[in-house]
Amino acid sequence: MLEDGSVFEGWSFAGDGEVAGEVVFTTSMVGYQETITDPSYRGQIVLFTYPLIGNYGMIPGDEESRDVQAAAVLVREYTPYHSNWASEESLAATLDAAGVLGIEGMDTRALTRRIRDRGAMRGFISTVERDQNVLREKANAHPSMLGLDLASSGSDLTEPTLMPAFGEERCRVVALDYGVKGSIYKELRSRGATVLAMPGSAAPEEILESKPDGLFLSNGPGDPAALERAVDALRPALGEVPVFGICLGHQLLGLALDCETYKMPFGHHGANHPVRNLENGRIEITSQNHGFAVLEGSLPRGVELTHRNLYDGTVEGISAPDLRAWSVQYHPESSPGPRDSGYLFDGFIDSVSPKAVVG
Amino acid sequence: MPRRDDIEKILIIGSGPIVIGQAAEFDYSGTQACRALRDEGYRVVLVNSNPATIMTDPEVADVTYVEPLTVEAVAEVLRKERPDALLPTLGGQTALNLSIELHEAGVLDELGIELLGASIDSIHKAEDRQLFHDAMTEIGLKVPPSRTVKSFAGAEELAGRIGYPLIIRPSFTLGGKGGATANDHAELRRAVSDGLDASPVGSVLVEKSVAGWKEFELEVMRDLDDNVVVICSIENVDPMGVHTGDSITVAPAQTLSDRQYQTLRSASLRIIREIGVSTGGSNIQFAVDPRSDDFYVIEMNPRVSRSSALASKATGFPIAKIAAKLAVGYSLDEIPNDITRATPASFEPALDYVVTKIPRFAFEKFPGASPRLTSRMHSVGEVMAIGRTFTESLSKAMASLEVDPQDVKAGLDEPGPYRVFAIFDALRSGLDIREIHHRTSIDPFFIASIARIVAAEGAISIPLDAEELWELKRIGLTDETVAAASGTSTEVVRGVRRALGVSPTYKSVDTCAGEFPAQTPYYYSTYEDEDEVVRGENPSVVVLGSGPNRIGQGVEFDYACVHASYALKDAGYDSVMVNSNPETVSTDYDASTRLYFEPLTAEHVLEVIRREKPHGVILQFGGQSPLKLARELEREGVPILGTSPDAIDLAEDRSRFGRLLEDLGIPHPRFGTATTPTEARAVAEDLGYPVVVRPSYVLGGRRMEIVYSGEDLDLYLRTGAAASPTHPTLVDKFMEDYVEVDVDAVCDGDEVFVGGIMEHVEEAGVHSGDSSCVTPPITLHRALVERIEDYTRRLALAVGVVGLMNVQFIVRGDEIMVIECNPRASRTVPFISKATGVPLAKLATRVSVGEKLRDIQPHSSTNGHFSVKAPVFPFDRFADVDPLLGPEMRSTGEAMGIDRTFGGAFAKALIAAGQTLPVSGRVYISVSNRDKRSVVLIARAFADLGFEISASEGTAEVLRSNGLAVVVVPKIGESGDDVLSLIEEGGVDLIVNTPWGRGARTDGYLIRRRALMHGVPCITTLAGSAAAVQGIEARIRGGTRRVNSLQGLYAARA
Repeated sequence: MLEDGSVFEGWSFAGDGEVAGEVVFTTSMVGYQETITDPSYRGQIVLFTYPLIGNYGMIPGDEESRDVQAAAVLVREYTPYHSNWASEESLAATLDAAGVLGIEGMDTRALTRRIRDRGAMRGFISTVERDQNVLREKANAHPSMLGLDLASSGSDLTEPTLMPAFGEERCRVVALDYGVKGSIYKELRSRGATVLAMPGSAAPEEILESKPDGLFLSNGPGDPAALERAVDALRPALGEVPVFGICLGHQLLGLALDCETYKMPFGHHGANHPVRNLENGRIEITSQNHGFAVLEGSLPRGVELTHRNLYDGTVEGISAPDLRAWSVQYHPESSPGPRDSGYLFDGFIDSVSPKAVVG
Repeated sequence: MPRRDDIEKILIIGSGPIVIGQAAEFDYSGTQACRALRDEGYRVVLVNSNPATIMTDPEVADVTYVEPLTVEAVAEVLRKERPDALLPTLGGQTALNLSIELHEAGVLDELGIELLGASIDSIHKAEDRQLFHDAMTEIGLKVPPSRTVKSFAGAEELAGRIGYPLIIRPSFTLGGKGGATANDHAELRRAVSDGLDASPVGSVLVEKSVAGWKEFELEVMRDLDDNVVVICSIENVDPMGVHTGDSITVAPAQTLSDRQYQTLRSASLRIIREIGVSTGGSNIQFAVDPRSDDFYVIEMNPRVSRSSALASKATGFPIAKIAAKLAVGYSLDEIPNDITRATPASFEPALDYVVTKIPRFAFEKFPGASPRLTSRMHSVGEVMAIGRTFTESLSKAMASLEVDPQDVKAGLDEPGPYRVFAIFDALRSGLDIREIHHRTSIDPFFIASIARIVAAEGAISIPLDAEELWELKRIGLTDETVAAASGTSTEVVRGVRRALGVSPTYKSVDTCAGEFPAQTPYYYSTYEDEDEVVRGENPSVVVLGSGPNRIGQGVEFDYACVHASYALKDAGYDSVMVNSNPETVSTDYDASTRLYFEPLTAEHVLEVIRREKPHGVILQFGGQSPLKLARELEREGVPILGTSPDAIDLAEDRSRFGRLLEDLGIPHPRFGTATTPTEARAVAEDLGYPVVVRPSYVLGGRRMEIVYSGEDLDLYLRTGAAASPTHPTLVDKFMEDYVEVDVDAVCDGDEVFVGGIMEHVEEAGVHSGDSSCVTPPITLHRALVERIEDYTRRLALAVGVVGLMNVQFIVRGDEIMVIECNPRASRTVPFISKATGVPLAKLATRVSVGEKLRDIQPHSSTNGHFSVKAPVFPFDRFADVDPLLGPEMRSTGEAMGIDRTFGGAFAKALIAAGQTLPVSGRVYISVSNRDKRSVVLIARAFADLGFEISASEGTAEVLRSNGLAVVVVPKIGESGDDVLSLIEEGGVDLIVNTPWGRGARTDGYLIRRRALMHGVPCITTLAGSAAAVQGIEARIRGGTRRVNSLQGLYAARA
């Protein structure tokens, strides 16, 4: 049941009970494991437009966080017989263990078109309640995503954690974790960054205390505008240390630079959006997952637009050169999605790494 | 970057006649490219020798040459037209190879013609195995260990190092021609020898076999700004070892995790950049270890391909069209996505459905050929189906195949045609998924999905309630399957389904999984809640397509369907296409007002009709596939436009048709129908041998044979063609030494327009699809032609034809008889339309929707030119098959030659069909006794043209006594220098060999087979030889160097 009263029927392939959440669709055809464990999806009911989900099971190491983050999973057909040499468990078993509802059988394309036309909506799923009035009430009782702070609780991290670089250390980076995807750390560390991960709620002094070479702002769930404290905590760091943000981190950087953010109708969730890098004209096919964006018209002097979405023209990247701060809305760590944008990590690590001593 | 203004005129090369490995997909891509470039304001010159293509319609390019795809002819076109650029990547391997040859011959440099899309260097880098392997190693990707060798010794050395099994692939061939697997020393010797012969550059690649690994393909596009996108991933259900053209394939990939898929995607990007395909599409194949993350790069095609056509249909992203625009300078983001209109082409399509392709085979046409699938392609066509789940998609694809269960003899352990049926059977008989996986190496995901279908079949209980039926339909079970599993009839299931309100909804293919609004008129059925068809108010007419290409029902029928669709749009109707063949122009989403990608079964067609509520349905263009639905559609009250089902039956039912001919006083050979073997024998004896026997209602002469004796007849009836009351056998008196004549005509019910008369080159007895023919006729005098026209008119009116009709006559002296009348589009419609400039299929469509010929006033003329159609055969792909012509059709396609002289036109057609026609050298002649008299004149003509004559002993004797100088060649096996070794040593340039004695392994068979393997032209009929003489003469006089554009010919006529 959606908040507008439309009803879609399916049956459970994992778990039972009731759950509410904002329903978002992702058009990525692979990567359900990464998606449902991506903390940015926390609290959301994830609808996969690709109809067969579960084909290759769950593969150890491909998760983005320890837990299933999505509130529920909607698919056209769940594949019970998973087949991949690397998989150890089925999607249903994982969802069951996490107590997350998995529903199959509804007309997922009709549901997708509904959300596309009317915007992301709150939904309520129940394996017990059949009364439509009750269902609709429950869907509407769920808090709207607008103004919702999910990031403060988005991270499992309670205290700073040091993660050494893979191989030789080139730099030390503080990463603020608002609900980070594990693969972002892998990208940073594999390029020689030792990462000091801190909870997104870290105070400005804490952030700068360790004199990092760079500051990284992670992705995370919810409305960035609800995170005033986190934004305030960033401001003192700007100009002190190079800053690179992804997704929510990009929105927070934007807010810290006095840009505005807004809620998009149904956001971007998928692995096929073209984004133009305005600095060199190249097009990247990107991994996307966000329901909020930075408003282009709000970019103040000193903040440049660096990346633009070619589907709808929205802001995909900004840069404040004077402050050595930049960020992208999309996910250069992919997972799931194309790996066209790894250069952003290269650029960040290169620019914060002390020059290698020659000879 | 915007479009280039420094070029104005662009030449596109087509792919020539349909052969295995290169079929209608290149008509689809070439047509798109021509249109796209003309839309951009370029002048487009096209060369293609295949008349049965939309691309060679005079409206598609600015200037169209139906000429052989040889350096000689195309260089002449280039000299005449002086284009600025040549786009070589849209006409398959043929166009690519020809472009390289033109470059190597210096023609491109001489005329200052730029190659668009791919440079010579990048083509070499992708096509030359060694260069490709080096390039892959350079960018850190693995290829199977291998080595290019020019002799057996090198192969042996490699085998010693890395062991068996090995794969042998010849360089520069299409469809894996000449490729084979070797498991031991003996097989290696044979495979290397065959491969060296097949390769135009005499080298083969020997490599480690990764048979059993999973196979994936990615369709990649790149623009001049170096933006790269992956349009589609395709997973082969059949693992490595089976040519991808022979594999069941599924899009998108099903069994790769994101990490595994992205690894292949990133590799593809690196590959297209390294190879340096500057613009356009490429197909990259990978082998992936099912037990680890290991993978190998197998190959890359730096051009559009069969897979890119499939990917275009599977995603809605028109790869060829975009490739053409990229070639003239646009970048991906400058080109709008046609389907969403609001978003650019620089993206990767997202699918929310599953696409399954199943190849269509024709092994039944080639008895003796081993039906084992290898790395060499054998399929002649394919079907595609779209479903929301794999089970639904697979079931629909299987329903689309239209295979005769009798022709499916698949086993589980060998990769044979239609093995998927064996998997169903195995599961039904209780084999488990693991066991089947071990025996087939097919990924358990697919087997488990099939198990789900089998389980659903097994669980059917009667009576069916709505919910149960809904579930069965969602899994993908057809009414037919449900009926079979529940012991009732399809009609009953359909009735129950209707009564319970269980009917499909139609979803659209929109490239973006619903993320953006799209008004794509491209639909597929599924059983869900929401229907997306935008129907509008305009009356619609449904055109039923021709389904998978197969021998006997090929691209000619698709051509007619496309014309019907165009004509309907012109006449103000919404044209609605239903078809299941992904290779074709008809399944391009903008060929019709709406496209339903559906199986051509009564169930799926009736549902489309229910949804469309059309003004009418046209069946007469798609060949036998739609025709066999005629009665059922009529029973359901569907308005059928054009010739009525009863009129079709009148023409096809032998006894009704016989009575009609007698009433009209039109002569015909005597015939009979038998419903038992005894009866068949009685009929044959009554008619007198030889007789032609065949099952009723067939296309392409399936199981049609000429039998000369009672023993032959018994053999025929024993080997699977037993006469029965439901499948009667037709027995016709065989008329020897007659000339066959084909006529295509259009009738509006009142008047008849004779579109063209074609005289066959070979004698009657060779299937009309396998015979060369010429129009206008060359040996029929005016009075005969007039009588043929008169018979045609009277027949059309008497049968009640509204639309197209094809009549076959046999002629000897002044005698004319009708042997067959088909009230539908024939194979020759595109050929005759090109030859005369009158698009017959469009004309037939217009009269079908009520227009009258007297208002249209068609006027056809060949403008003093002869047009010859020559068939192309796939014998070289089927080892051990006798390449003899007979009443069962075996050609896959045809080429056309046009010239002022018959000889010139014949030579061009033959050359275009891939035959060489030597202008000097040695002719070897060996004919049956009955032909010995007539061969004398032919031999003399060869001698007059300067050929040295050699012959078998018997033939030589006759020729000598007629005063010809002849070298006698010893019989096979008699000495070391017999005719077989002569062929091998290149001591023969042309062979005339007519058959005597039936059965395998005769000397004639050995000669024909050996000639085929060594590319020596071998003519098996006297009439064909006489025509060849004229062709050679024309070649010597330079007739094949004249090139004519269709537009020029038509203009000269007007």
